[in-house]
Amino acid sequence: MNVLLDVLLRAVVWLALAPLLPGIITKTKAWVAGRRGPPVLQLSYDLARLWRKGVVLSTLVSPGFVIGPAVAWVAVFGAALLLPLGALGTGLGFEGDVLLFVYLLALARFCTAWAAMETGSAFEGMGAAREVSYAVLSEAAIIAAVLALCVQSGSTSLVAMLTPAAGAGAVLLAAGLFVVLLAENCRVPFDDPNTHLELTMIHEVMVLDHSGPPLAVILHGASVKLLLFAVFLTEAVLPMGSLTPLAATGALAASVLVVTLATGMTESLLARFAFRRVPLLLTVGFLLCLFALLFAWRGGPA
Amino acid sequence: MSESSPFALFPNTASLPWADVPEWPGAEFVRATAGELDRGARLCAWFGVPESKGVRLVAVIAFDADNTLAVGRSTPIVGAYPALTATHPQAHLFEREVHEQHALVPTGHPWLKSVRASAGTAPAPDAFFRVEGREVHEVAVGPVHAGIIEPGHFRFQCAGEEVLHLEIALGYQHRGVEAALLGGPHRATRSQIETAAGDTTIAHATAPAQVLEALAGAEAPLRAQWMRAVALELERLANHTGDLGALSGDVAFLPTAAACGKIRGDFLNLTALVCGNRFGRGLVLPGGARHDLEPARVVAVLERLAPAMEEVERAATWLWDAASVRSRFENIGTVFTPQAAELGLVGLAARACGLVRDVRYDQPAGWYRFAQAPIAVWPGGDVFARARVRWLEIQRSGAFLLEQLSAPPESHLLDPLPASAPDTFAVALVEGWRGEVCHAALTDRAGRFQSYKIVDPSFHNWAGLALALRGQAISDFPLCNKSFNLSYCGFDL
Repeated sequence: MNVLLDVLLRAVVWLALAPLLPGIITKTKAWVAGRRGPPVLQLSYDLARLWRKGVVLSTLVSPGFVIGPAVAWVAVFGAALLLPLGALGTGLGFEGDVLLFVYLLALARFCTAWAAMETGSAFEGMGAAREVSYAVLSEAAIIAAVLALCVQSGSTSLVAMLTPAAGAGAVLLAAGLFVVLLAENCRVPFDDPNTHLELTMIHEVMVLDHSGPPLAVILHGASVKLLLFAVFLTEAVLPMGSLTPLAATGALAASVLVVTLATGMTESLLARFAFRRVPLLLTVGFLLCLFALLFAWRGGPA
Repeated sequence: MSESSPFALFPNTASLPWADVPEWPGAEFVRATAGELDRGARLCAWFGVPESKGVRLVAVIAFDADNTLAVGRSTPIVGAYPALTATHPQAHLFEREVHEQHALVPTGHPWLKSVRASAGTAPAPDAFFRVEGREVHEVAVGPVHAGIIEPGHFRFQCAGEEVLHLEIALGYQHRGVEAALLGGPHRATRSQIETAAGDTTIAHATAPAQVLEALAGAEAPLRAQWMRAVALELERLANHTGDLGALSGDVAFLPTAAACGKIRGDFLNLTALVCGNRFGRGLVLPGGARHDLEPARVVAVLERLAPAMEEVERAATWLWDAASVRSRFENIGTVFTPQAAELGLVGLAARACGLVRDVRYDQPAGWYRFAQAPIAVWPGGDVFARARVRWLEIQRSGAFLLEQLSAPPESHLLDPLPASAPDTFAVALVEGWRGEVCHAALTDRAGRFQSYKIVDPSFHNWAGLALALRGQAISDFPLCNKSFNLSYCGFDL
């Protein structure tokens, strides 16, 4: 019973807090631009609105068009539940759960691309092609980061990996994972979440034909993914194990906020990269994680 | 160069009797026009005038180096004539237009399809140019777009992300402006013309006013000419500032995008302060101007102009200082200088290719005979060059305005205009913010419009955008498109 309650509480925390992050990023950008900006809860309002709407389905699509976003949402949410929340640890962890974590994220991407291809639209095909091309590099970076944590902690369980400090490679890991966070969550300089220009989109163009509840699920899933990466980045770098439970929770919340603000500032002050330069930056992210791995491997215990 | 021209020479905003315009049979007329274009002239307008025995072709060309315009016409043609486009690509859209409007067939035209003809409510679905190949795919964008912009259809032939060819189909906003003007000027004429392209209101209102003044053999009072120049430069400031912001927005560079949106509003509000309308509607009248700027309001305009110029300077500095922006602008969407010359690009798109081409300097009329801003030219032909020319023009128009507003000429504002001369042809060119706005009118025996031709700069420049996309990544199309920022309604008329 306690386990069930624990998982439920965690689910509420993840699902309720996630939509705040895009709101904070938007607020940061508005503040830099000297505007007031939409309320922090805007995404929640949008989700409520979309949930009440009907669904427009093309006559061409198979059920995959709706199943794709649903599976993707479940996969991301599942991956989130595997992550320990500071001192609370995780309710579902097991030895080797990091492999499931990585594969769940890959499954979510596959399902989004699958649903996009269902429409047969040239735009969405282009977007899916771009998404999976860049994923080749960003997934390599995630795997390098995970390996670095594994080697350092000598474990393949997320709780054990994320509790101690990342050691000498912490700065490298933080920089590398921040690049991955920006790329995976379609933020500037990789993608522009605000653009209306279909031809320049990566992630946004894949969901152009979705509407109503499936779109709400996609948007909510994207915010959970953003929170997931922010939590992962924070816990990979900070020595959560050496803090008191209260301090650990506070540090986690503060760091997630800092990461979110940093994303907002990056987005405010940097122009978006041309597509041909995206692999360059992603490779840099991969190399940073790779060097963190080398540190963990050859640098000895932190 | 122009002295030995067989065409009838006349300065900008002048008229000449229709009978004095030299005429040739169709094929010889095309050859004569080709000869003039080979000698460095530029095609400003090419259109048909229907008569009982056929359709006369009329060519208005500009000898920029000699600051003079020239006009020639053909004898009435029925059926086919040899295409000018075969040797001079700058005529390609004009000849398609003549084909569409008057059913003349320019033989040898490589791509003879409709320009803006409607099949019901949309342009005719003519076949698009296709690139064949297993790796080639086609992307169709529009006419309904994701943003609040005008309708146009873009058909890309792509190999992966690379664009091999772009074809642009417009005409979705064809309202029949030119046809509505025939038999005019009547009561609606002025508002019909000045809304040919809403963001170019002053230029599209000044040109017909000058045409009517030329037809009547009159000139607007000096103070009205000064008012028109002030309004025209304010229009340029507002649009260029908005475009710098939009360019910055397209590469997701927030600071300049946010600031320029606000400053554009400041400039538009200055126009509103001058005449009560943010786009300058109703300010320019044939024979003068409707609103005067009394000393108190001149001071008010000056007081608001100076801080707005400082703000736009700051916003532009952010843009030029950001390396991430520069890497998006440089070497993207390049139109090479020979291409630009061959296509007959005008305005800032031409100046961004290093062509020194500015009506205010080459064919000065109105107030620009007395006061000039230096021409802003930048070599390169890429998005960066077009952004850079915009910035140079913002600075120079700002300086021009500060100078002109401090010394207004003294005169009355509006003269009643005598009736237009019968059987007379008049042309007015105005350098709008996009480029050369050309209006040409021919009166009938009663002095009414027998033919009225409007050429928006977009008509010349859309082909430049299509060329700029060759070999580019398709994801850079919105950026290239914005760097030209051409008018759909000005093209569709």
